[in-house]
Amino acid sequence: MTNIDTGARKGTGTRSPKPVQSSTKLKRIHDRRFALMILPALLIYALFYLYPTLSNLRYAFTEWDGLLEPRFIGFENFTRTATNDDIFRKVLGNNIEFSFLVIIFQTAFSLIFAIFLLKNTRTSIALRTLYFFPTILSSVSVALVWMFIYEPNLGALNTLLRGVGLDSLALSWLGSETITLRAIAFTQVWFHTGQMMVVYIAGLQQIPQELYEAAEVDGASRWQQFKSVTWPMALPTTAVVLAYTTIQSFRAFDLIYTMTGGGPNNSTNILVTLIYQSAFGEYRFGYAASLSVYLVVFILLLTWVQRRILRTKY
Amino acid sequence: MFYKVSRVLSLTLFALLILVPVMVVVLGTFKGDLELMTKPLALPEQWTLNNYRTLIEGGQITTNFRNSVIVTLASVVLTLFLASLASFGIARMFNKVANLLFTVFILGLTIPAATSIIGIYDLFDSLGLRNTLHGLVIINIASTLPISVFILTAFFRQIPLELYESASIDGASPWRLYRSIALPLSRPSMGAVAIFLFVINWNDLLYPLLLITQSDLKTLPLALLDFRGEYAINFSMIFTAVMIASLPMVVMYLAMQRSFIAGLTAGAVKG
Repeated sequence: MTNIDTGARKGTGTRSPKPVQSSTKLKRIHDRRFALMILPALLIYALFYLYPTLSNLRYAFTEWDGLLEPRFIGFENFTRTATNDDIFRKVLGNNIEFSFLVIIFQTAFSLIFAIFLLKNTRTSIALRTLYFFPTILSSVSVALVWMFIYEPNLGALNTLLRGVGLDSLALSWLGSETITLRAIAFTQVWFHTGQMMVVYIAGLQQIPQELYEAAEVDGASRWQQFKSVTWPMALPTTAVVLAYTTIQSFRAFDLIYTMTGGGPNNSTNILVTLIYQSAFGEYRFGYAASLSVYLVVFILLLTWVQRRILRTKY
Repeated sequence: MFYKVSRVLSLTLFALLILVPVMVVVLGTFKGDLELMTKPLALPEQWTLNNYRTLIEGGQITTNFRNSVIVTLASVVLTLFLASLASFGIARMFNKVANLLFTVFILGLTIPAATSIIGIYDLFDSLGLRNTLHGLVIINIASTLPISVFILTAFFRQIPLELYESASIDGASPWRLYRSIALPLSRPSMGAVAIFLFVINWNDLLYPLLLITQSDLKTLPLALLDFRGEYAINFSMIFTAVMIASLPMVVMYLAMQRSFIAGLTAGAVKG
């Protein structure tokens, strides 16, 4: 904390606010005391969030049952997951499928609904409020409601399907190794589409109206207007929506934990649920910690790739 | 033509997809379970408060409700205070240290909560903070500080320096500048942050699941999980519990839709 003043004195400043020159003296006097104001938050955050995150990383190199002393085993957890771990491989596949489905459909639906509800009419505002509504619910509540819908014998969905004569489509929505993951992905999309739609609406409303007027003068169809105005102009917003949605899909712990607990036969397990299950169900804390390293790497990688793709297109 | 039809059709469909389940849940809380299963969409043959009575007389859910209120209120208020103080400090310091500290806070945004659960469990266990409500408050604060600091710093950086200068010539301390100039100006952003903190903390499952095993300390989402097991096939009871757990957020949402939508969108990175 000793060099707090140096930056200001040298005038190296920051990229922060504009009127920097106006009061070098004021800055110098107060910098130290301003730093004190940051301290309480910094301490709590560092001690109770940063530190456990780092110690989590440390456990990734140990074998530990949560009770006895952790035993340092180097990269063994990682080599095991990379070479000889069928469950990990399955879960990784599930996670990719789940995230892919959620990202595609949630982004598409939220963009479509945003275009449909762009104008601030009374109906649009009412529908936006309705579509956003699931966002305020707890994921456990959402999961419980969808468990009722998906219940195989008396559940709402199958009752509806049988009612219209589609008995063959009345499936075991929460007990199937093939479709349950998709059923949960659908719930996730239902849960968060309204929120991403709002992000899109904010982005789309920034697009200058003249562009559409010009396109209309040129006789562009709706689809052409979308292709050559809306989509390219909305790319920065799409980047934000994709980033949010990706992170959300990797974090879908609550839904899966409540609805299936990762079953049947690990078919709905994704990385976050496997981490929890390995640690608190099987007491393999070291192994679980190594999985969380994968989780961070995947999220960073995906976010980076998305940025690259969108930037090259831009 | 095609556009118009598909627009109306898809908008109606998604509206129904939200409205129908909500109606089934709300009506279901006033029905017996058999009736809920056989006629989910019909109005109750006889409106009854039995589900509510059974749940509330059971006593468990009132305890859970109280725990959720305590934890949420304490977490929101303390996070707001600590985050606004820190953000103000960061925004008013013009050197590399401030930028570095800001980056350190933002780092927390990129780490998904699930990556640190083992470290958190271990630390809170050794500090004796498991099975305490204040332990829950502490982890709520620590985990939501990054996003709060991120949003509030962006706001405080927009306050023109001139607004502070006259006051500091009069000898006002940084604390006074924060209290009587920055805070009053920041009411809208603080409101947005407060709202998403409310929703995140009220609805959180992961940290209570990690830290709380004692049933009289459980918060609502954790208690809902128990109801899932306890009333395995009794969905009208489960829905009643869902209703009680969601009611505070629903009421707040209906009362302040705009601020809710703005606040939760700002905090979307987290939830």
